[in-house]
Amino acid sequence: MKTIFRILAVITAALLAYGFVQAIFIAPTEATMGDVQRIFYYHLPSAWVAFLLFFVNFLASSWYLIRRSPRADALALASAEVGVSFCTIVLLTGPIWARPVWGIWWTWDARLTSTLVLWLIYVSYLMLRHYATGGQIPVLAATLGIFGFVDVPIVYMAIRWFRTQHPQPVIGGGEGSGLAPAMWVAVLWNLLAFAMLALLFVWLRYLQALAEHSLEEEHAQASLEMGEAR
Amino acid sequence: MTTEAMSTKATRTEAIGTAPGFWSIARRSLVKDLRLEWRSKDAINSMLFFALLVVVIFSFGFDPTAEESRKIAGGLLWVAILFATVVALGQTWTRELRNQVLDAYRLSPAPPQALFLAKAVGNFIFVSILEVLMVPLFVVFYNLRSVGPLWQLLVVGLLATWALVVNGTFFAALSIRTRSREIMLPLILFPISIPALLAMVDATTSILTGDNSPIFWIRLLAVYDLVFTAVSLILFEVVLSAE
Repeated sequence: MKTIFRILAVITAALLAYGFVQAIFIAPTEATMGDVQRIFYYHLPSAWVAFLLFFVNFLASSWYLIRRSPRADALALASAEVGVSFCTIVLLTGPIWARPVWGIWWTWDARLTSTLVLWLIYVSYLMLRHYATGGQIPVLAATLGIFGFVDVPIVYMAIRWFRTQHPQPVIGGGEGSGLAPAMWVAVLWNLLAFAMLALLFVWLRYLQALAEHSLEEEHAQASLEMGEAR
Repeated sequence: MTTEAMSTKATRTEAIGTAPGFWSIARRSLVKDLRLEWRSKDAINSMLFFALLVVVIFSFGFDPTAEESRKIAGGLLWVAILFATVVALGQTWTRELRNQVLDAYRLSPAPPQALFLAKAVGNFIFVSILEVLMVPLFVVFYNLRSVGPLWQLLVVGLLATWALVVNGTFFAALSIRTRSREIMLPLILFPISIPALLAMVDATTSILTGDNSPIFWIRLLAVYDLVFTAVSLILFEVVLSAE
């Protein structure tokens, strides 16, 4: 296990370095936005990885409720924590890009708003995990994980309609459709690197959560035995 | 899975003999809550006074003309109701903690969904009473006169209240299991309720100003209600029996 982890870590470091070179030096400079557009190579991979991890959280939460396996709970916790971290990167890199390009830090545009709401939902999930007590945490968290995931399509519909009804306060020009092939290379390399990085983090956190769980079990067992000895 | 669980429960209760059915349990539980509330008036009083305070503070914060207030009243009204609802929801389950009533529920063969429905309907009634008393206050304080049809407001009101109450009742059951439960409830309720809040505020504003059709928002609220009523009923048993 440890050697596999180390090998993966080295590969991830190499991929991140290569992705950095691709994004900063090799990808062509965007015609109108200039160099600030390069933040996109970190913005988009983080977003996709975060959404993927939230989906993993939903699967792990459902699995926990069906099987009550501590492994599923550990995976749910790990994916939510790492997902929130990557989602935070998305919400931070977005405004840094938007300020020079749109002229404003933030706008209540459909995609920005739904990402923010998603972030809020999963932060509240982590808060519940933090405040819940003892052995009830996994069950309570799993139910909230399912509620959160079920909410996502409704949030998306609501905010899209909300935004199409009101006039856009922004000068158009999202990144979207017209991406040059050379830019795609940088996007894909960084996507791979970020996915690997997320996998490593989730794995590490998963093992830690499992270790925590078995440690608590041992403590409980030990205190039971001490009670019996008396 | 739930129907299966319910049917096994039904056979179990039939074996005992005179055990009551699903709706009978729900009705009795609801009547008990209403009677308790009628005698103590804990939820209604605290909600009403809290909502009144919010309305007064809002009107200090904004000083709108009649035209402006039509545009912002939907938002203010629902934010005030949301805050007041949280005050009432917090008391839903804490009442059952005294004398280990909740543990008794867990041990009894009564279907947990019946208990959940009774609590949710009870909260729905309390919040509806609050709204009936609050709306005239808003009309007076903010000089409101609706441009759109009023019956649509009634539909929005019913759907929106259920949207707040169904998730709120469920999350109140989650949050009594945590440290500092009063803080926890809004922290988990508000993020999930954002689409419903957006829908109720925009629907109300559309009706008051008569600018847009509220039909999309009414549909969204209906979908939200259906989805989360189903999810709550399915998952409530898990939360009730969580150890």
